[in-house]
Amino acid sequence: MTYALLSVLLLAAVGWAGGVVGNTSLLFAVIIPYAALAVFVLGFLFRAIGWSASPVPFCIPTTCGQQQSLPWIRQDRLGSPTSTPWVIGRMALEVLLFRSLWGNERVEIKGAGKLIFSPKRYLWLGGLLFHWSLAVILFRHLRFFTEPVLPGIAALQGLDGFFEIGVPVTYVSDVFILAAVTYLFARRALSPQMRVISLPADYFALFLIAAVLLSGVLMRHFFKTDVERVKEMAMGLVSFCPVVSAHPGAFFSIHLFLVSILVAYFPFSKLMHAAGVFLSPTRNLRNDSRMRRHVNPWDYPVKVHTYEEYEDEFREAMIEAGIPVEKK
Amino acid sequence: MAEDKLKQEELLNVSYEPAARDWAEPSVTFRKGTYCYGAPLKHQKYLGLPNQREWQPTDPDWKLPENWKEIILEGMETLLKRHRSFRLYLDICVRCGACADKCHYFIGSGDPRNMPVLRAELLRSVYRRYFTTAGRVFGRLAGARDLTEEVLKEWFYYFFQCSECRRCSVYCPYGIDTAEITMMARELLNLVGINIQWVVEPASNCFRTGNHLGIPPHAMKETLQFAVDELKDITGLTVDLPINKKGAEILFVAPSADFFASPHWFTLLGYLALFHEIGLDYTWSTYASEGGNFGLFHSTELAKRLNAKIYAEAKRLGVKWVLGGECGHMWRVLHQYMDTLNGPADFLEEPVSPITGTRFENARSTRMVHIAEFTADLIKHGALKLDPSRNDKVRITYHDSCNPARAMGLFEEPRFILRNVANHVYEMPENTIREKTFCCGSGAGLGADENLEMRLRGGYPRANAVRHVHERHGVNMVACMCAIDKASLTPLLEYWVPGVEVGGVHEFVGNALVMTGESRTTNLRGEPL
Ligand code: HEM
Ligand code: SF4
Ligand code: SF4
Repeated sequence: MTYALLSVLLLAAVGWAGGVVGNTSLLFAVIIPYAALAVFVLGFLFRAIGWSASPVPFCIPTTCGQQQSLPWIRQDRLGSPTSTPWVIGRMALEVLLFRSLWGNERVEIKGAGKLIFSPKRYLWLGGLLFHWSLAVILFRHLRFFTEPVLPGIAALQGLDGFFEIGVPVTYVSDVFILAAVTYLFARRALSPQMRVISLPADYFALFLIAAVLLSGVLMRHFFKTDVERVKEMAMGLVSFCPVVSAHPGAFFSIHLFLVSILVAYFPFSKLMHAAGVFLSPTRNLRNDSRMRRHVNPWDYPVKVHTYEEYEDEFREAMIEAGIPVEKK
Repeated sequence: MAEDKLKQEELLNVSYEPAARDWAEPSVTFRKGTYCYGAPLKHQKYLGLPNQREWQPTDPDWKLPENWKEIILEGMETLLKRHRSFRLYLDICVRCGACADKCHYFIGSGDPRNMPVLRAELLRSVYRRYFTTAGRVFGRLAGARDLTEEVLKEWFYYFFQCSECRRCSVYCPYGIDTAEITMMARELLNLVGINIQWVVEPASNCFRTGNHLGIPPHAMKETLQFAVDELKDITGLTVDLPINKKGAEILFVAPSADFFASPHWFTLLGYLALFHEIGLDYTWSTYASEGGNFGLFHSTELAKRLNAKIYAEAKRLGVKWVLGGECGHMWRVLHQYMDTLNGPADFLEEPVSPITGTRFENARSTRMVHIAEFTADLIKHGALKLDPSRNDKVRITYHDSCNPARAMGLFEEPRFILRNVANHVYEMPENTIREKTFCCGSGAGLGADENLEMRLRGGYPRANAVRHVHERHGVNMVACMCAIDKASLTPLLEYWVPGVEVGGVHEFVGNALVMTGESRTTNLRGEPL
């Protein structure tokens, strides 16, 4: 955890330095973001294609509901889908609502051998708030990258800032995501079980995201940042004629640098679950393995014990016992 | 058995606070009662497995081949290329911990390495070290570990403390299936000759004689004949016993424990009574006398070698389709693997019930029907005369076996049957049935006697749920459709919930079935009605 924290702080410091030390704009505002994006796109494709190109030799969905069998038995089409639309439905609920996580419960043996089950939905809630806020925030960022600003964005921004607290307006998604990240971190750091299973990389991802969020929030609410300049730079980046000039502020520089790191780190980390979840064979296959033959592309012949070999060994005993044989 | 030496209070004193020790430091002690014996040389030889030698997990020297590390890493590379599940599940786990307390072995033991996420991490750490850049460069910091003999021992211990039940996979937001990781880990261990007696011996027996118990054909006929005689004593009727009969309409394949073990035996009587009463044109086979497949707990290759017999025999006998008996992992193979491994079964016909004319659309490619589907259809069509009061002695609860539950989705058929053949049927609590069902604690080859402590611990969540309905509804019978369950729930419940017995669904069908011309005074167990 310490290493993860230190490395994120170090990265933030580098980003800050990039903003205050002169003559680094080209590097920090242009080269690094482009490089990070390139790494992201190539890395993402490399990993995702690597996964999708690897074979799925067997049809192994985890069935979470009644199979399709006799016509009068009601099939659970979501838990045990036999057609592609229902598989898509199952996946959609997983991806959009974390359906499996919703079923989470704690199980433990407590005094006198009682097995206690208790629903444990905080992770589901925390996870959902985190991811949905992230999605909203990402979408809101498009206002910097599009001119004229894409239609839905202003509406979303309005909705997100619905409560109109503070100047500039505080976004609900910002509050949610900060709360969610704090929760995700707290459970990792405080629960003994979570502590054992956590790796430095798990903390690193959380710290890095938290740092991106904090730098973003700080620059919006506390440290003046020249939004015009940001937009100018962002448009420059997307139109491939980057504007090199002084940075719009130290926190912006930190923010941009950390985002670049996050984006470049993404494809090589567990964050790739975002792509992987779609490819998971226990979830994205139809439970139709007795209806349609699933082919294993690397199938090979194996040594079997044939009936002839079997009968050769047991023929006499079989004849004596009156069991029919092939060769008398 | 040494059960009485194991004190219940001690087993139940489970601490979920992991020791501060870093899990990455491999550490394993082979404590008596928590591991299985190594595979005997004779059976390694018969199957032609790698690195044949006498070996026990407690031996200080595991007699690994000199280049064992290379073998494992090359094996890993092959598996990564062959299975998307393997690579993906190694890559995308976010360590959210949702799966942690879903594993019955973790619940029962508190050993942090029995959390599915850490179980997988034992292998994932090695994957990182040799197959990812971050792992190669940053080592420990990136969660990577060197592959050492200690790590290998730890793999053995913990990947033979996973019953491949898939419960964790239900709860994981990405469906990461630790059973899948365990299967891969076992494939790797096999490459250097590490597997257990309870997997390799039945597999080798099955390869040679057609069934796990190693019953030769004449002995199998004898035992089936014995069942026929017993059924005559009970019902006064002599039922047919078709064996290796060419031209029969249906080949029937059951787990071989049904012919020998108890309480499986009563299920066998149930099948015989049912098939006789409906006049089914079927046959047993001595060559394909096992539906179960311990090869699955070893490697895909061995699973395929054993499974091949079923289609081969169906072809030789010229049957139209295949009917399968009550078994759990057997149905994992039949439902999810058989068509792929040994199909297409184009020499068979799409299964149609000869009694009701129902087409089993859901088995139209594999052409193998589960007996619960078959019987439920009979009952629905009123093809059976049933007297549920004959099961009034028992108050039943139904235990979903892991594989038919989470790798098939067979939930309603057995429940429908039970409701029709018995008057007192109760469900266990919702979080312990259907896709959330708990393992008996002895699946995937872990049912060995020497592994008793782990079985009692892992089986506790199931036993606890049984106790709940035992206390609340007076349940005294667990019905299930799995040979391993029947064998393992019996001692498990004797230990945790005395007074509750175990039986197969078709035992209760057999009891309730009113047969033409019968005269019965006892149930299939010989107890007065
Ligand atoms: C299709 C898109 C995605 C889906 C379905 C998804 C789903 C999930 C789920 C179910 C979890 C576990 C619950 C939790 O810990 O919150 C999770 C964790 C996480 N996700 Fe995502 N995610 C997606 C995209 C992303 C993206 C784009 C990012 C970041 C840039 C991200 C970052 C994280 C992080 C950091 C965690 C771990 C939280 C922790 O440490 O406990 N996810 N994700
Ligand atoms: S639930 Fe899935 S993602 Fe979460 S720790 Fe377990 S295996 Fe990893
Ligand atoms: S498959 Fe079952 S036994 Fe194995 S880790 Fe998952 S829950 Fe535990």
